[in-house]
Amino acid sequence: MNQQTQQIPVVRMEHITKHFPGVLANDNVSLELYPGQVLALLGENGAGKSTLMNMLVGLYRPDSGSIYIRGELADIHSPQDSMALGVGMIHQEFMLVGNMTVAENIVLGMRDLPFVPKIDEIRARITELSKRYGLQVDPDAVIHDLSVGEQQRVEILKLVYRGADILILDEPTAVLTPGESRDLNKIIKKMLSEGKSAIFITHKMDEVIEFSHKVQVLRKGKTVNTCDTAGVTPQDLANMMVGRDILFSLDRCAYNPGGVKLKVDHVTVDNPIGSRPFLDDVSLEIHRGEIIGIAGVAGNGQTQLTEAITGLLHCTSGKIFIDGKDMTNSTPLQVIRAGVSHIPADRGANGVVGDMSVGDNLAMKKYRTSEISRGAVIKRSFLRAFADKLIEAFVIKTPDQDTCVKFLSGGNIQKTILAREIDSCGGVLIAVYPSRGLDVGATEAVRQNLILQRDKGNAVLLVSEELDELQMVADKIAVMFEGRIMGIRDVKETNTEELGMMMAGATGVRRNA
Amino acid sequence: MRIVVEKRDNKSKSAAVLIPLASFAISLILGAFVLLASRSNPLQAYSAMLDGAFGNARRFQYTIVESIPLLMCGLGVGVAFRLKFWNIGAEGQYVWGAIGITWVMQFWKFLPVPMLLPIGLVVGMTLGAVWAGVPGFLKAQWSVDETLTTLMLNYVAIGLAEYLYISAWKAPLGNMGTPEFPREAWLPPVWGKIHSGLYIALAFVVLLWFLLYKTRWGFELNMIGKNPRAARYQGVSIKRNIVLAMLLSGAICGLAGSMNTAAIAHRLTKGVDGGYGFTGIIIAWMAGLNPFASILVAIVMAALTTGADALQIAMKLPESMGEVLQGLVLIPLLAGSIFVEHKLKVIKKEAV
Repeated sequence: MNQQTQQIPVVRMEHITKHFPGVLANDNVSLELYPGQVLALLGENGAGKSTLMNMLVGLYRPDSGSIYIRGELADIHSPQDSMALGVGMIHQEFMLVGNMTVAENIVLGMRDLPFVPKIDEIRARITELSKRYGLQVDPDAVIHDLSVGEQQRVEILKLVYRGADILILDEPTAVLTPGESRDLNKIIKKMLSEGKSAIFITHKMDEVIEFSHKVQVLRKGKTVNTCDTAGVTPQDLANMMVGRDILFSLDRCAYNPGGVKLKVDHVTVDNPIGSRPFLDDVSLEIHRGEIIGIAGVAGNGQTQLTEAITGLLHCTSGKIFIDGKDMTNSTPLQVIRAGVSHIPADRGANGVVGDMSVGDNLAMKKYRTSEISRGAVIKRSFLRAFADKLIEAFVIKTPDQDTCVKFLSGGNIQKTILAREIDSCGGVLIAVYPSRGLDVGATEAVRQNLILQRDKGNAVLLVSEELDELQMVADKIAVMFEGRIMGIRDVKETNTEELGMMMAGATGVRRNA
Repeated sequence: MRIVVEKRDNKSKSAAVLIPLASFAISLILGAFVLLASRSNPLQAYSAMLDGAFGNARRFQYTIVESIPLLMCGLGVGVAFRLKFWNIGAEGQYVWGAIGITWVMQFWKFLPVPMLLPIGLVVGMTLGAVWAGVPGFLKAQWSVDETLTTLMLNYVAIGLAEYLYISAWKAPLGNMGTPEFPREAWLPPVWGKIHSGLYIALAFVVLLWFLLYKTRWGFELNMIGKNPRAARYQGVSIKRNIVLAMLLSGAICGLAGSMNTAAIAHRLTKGVDGGYGFTGIIIAWMAGLNPFASILVAIVMAALTTGADALQIAMKLPESMGEVLQGLVLIPLLAGSIFVEHKLKVIKKEAV
């Protein structure tokens, strides 16, 4: 790697500073990327990784500092400008049109397309590129029908098709199975061998070590360290990232489950637009004082399972019992009243009302009770006292309780939801991807709180895509694939390989189904 | 040098006041060009309008009378708008209010005369509520687009009213219009032309402010309006609240119709579809859905109407000039509202 430092970097960002209202997102950050190299950009949420990359692709403009592409000063105003320079980014949320084909998505929005596109030529080129890099996808497949991993390949193809040779990937493995992650790694290696280079945004230490040549750690908008990946340990990286020592295991009481609290009995939920049902004959029991983890690649029915339990999704058949009481197809309010708390996936869209204050968001369950209201009237003084109490108890970092929730960081938004749901929890806590996109510190807080609820005798259902998280937090792990439960395992009696196989739908390991 | 629009760090209170004022000044300047083009002195024209709207006690009373139904309709649609439910059917709901009170006055002969007015108001209110509840229910149950249903239902209501006053309920004498209501059942005046509907409208301002800002229901409406998905996850029923909010919205617009009929025309006749329901949409919007701010906006809109009448008389300008000027007021105000939450930032030199 030493001779590479003699070369001209393909990307050089110098002394980049970017302010947002009230936040210094990047503070004098410099970065260099050499041809054939993968640079991992590691940092907690809000460390400024995405902001930095968004400036490289022209979504934001730096307040000061300059960007050089292949040694030349670049003036990037828009993603079109960056694409013209061969820089392309794959965002966390895929930018694909669900009801169009792969080929259509790939050429969508290209400027030099003729009025009537020659679809055969496009298809041929896609096939050629996908062979070259091992990106198998059918150009005529419709996006909805593809798995998340395949959709990601379409995103990569889209960039390669447009001639990108500097790829920026924003947490690309968050949605993949371990197997798909390995495939992605191979694809990237293949691209590097052709002189392309990549920047990889992540907050997972093991990925840094697996994927990258060099790692740059950001903290609070500043570069903390830049070093070769060879020779660093995950513990070093975590400490650099957070600036303090991190616990890799959590304290908990011995596993001592009580009676059945929540029972899901042969539940099927039809999918009105897809070919297979969201949930296909799912059965599950959660005892008091137990955490059941749901593993699986996103999109295999996990969120639908939680929505069926919480009354948000209609069960086609089957029953759901809470404390032995039939709660099938109850209203969300009835389920809440039965003591079920829900930390939903996609916290910004489902968990909070961004334009309302932190205080109001904290009160969104308890406003119905005498803790906040007198009859139909909300007592502002009660609400304020209640919110202040939770802000303190859950260490929510906010200027004050009147600040709109949307101005908080992801971690603090999640703490707001956690505070509200745990405070109002009456026996069942359902958490869906609760640590997704959170930094190490906030993740730790979320996990500790889940375990605390279990130790208090509540039944906890944790949906996660990270096996390490499940292995650390859960007592039992159920694996979901295509709307079915492939098996339920005691955490102590299983391992990553077995769970990974089940996540990929291997039926051989399916016991007593 | 470059100018960019940037979000303000925090909402500025002074901007919330100054920006509408500046916008209003801009609209006066724009209006001046139109007036100049029609060979009128803008200063004279504006002073004629001001005089026409507030010049003496009688004109001031007319302006207030005009503002009462505008305020009520603004309040009514404002309730639905909180849920981002685009009730543009206030006009039809207003007309149903007028039909309702006429029905009571003309046919409910079994009632003692003093009961006609209160019962008529309640019936008008109820019919308005039902007329709004239908699109609310369609939206809640089958996601039928409310902009189309509420809009089309306006024309049904207006057509029905025409049929009633031209044919079915027509008074034996005259070409159109139902018989006049008994004098004892008119809405009593409080000061000159101003009728007691003013008190009802102001009572609704306070009532709605309390309901929307102080109660659990208002809290739920706020949640739904700002993020319906999150509201649903918190156990708030969206369907139920859409229907409830539409019933209330229609009730207020219906009451506006029955009140105004009992106060001004005293019968159902031509002109019942005076456009208050449509102007109410503008009022709700410009007042930022705030009931108290709606009072001021309603008076301004009413003054533009009464002032335009004066414009016609004093300046020999067509009546439609008033509508042109009304329209010109709106555009800068609506365009300017972006600057309440955003600010312009001048970047002197490109960052290098």
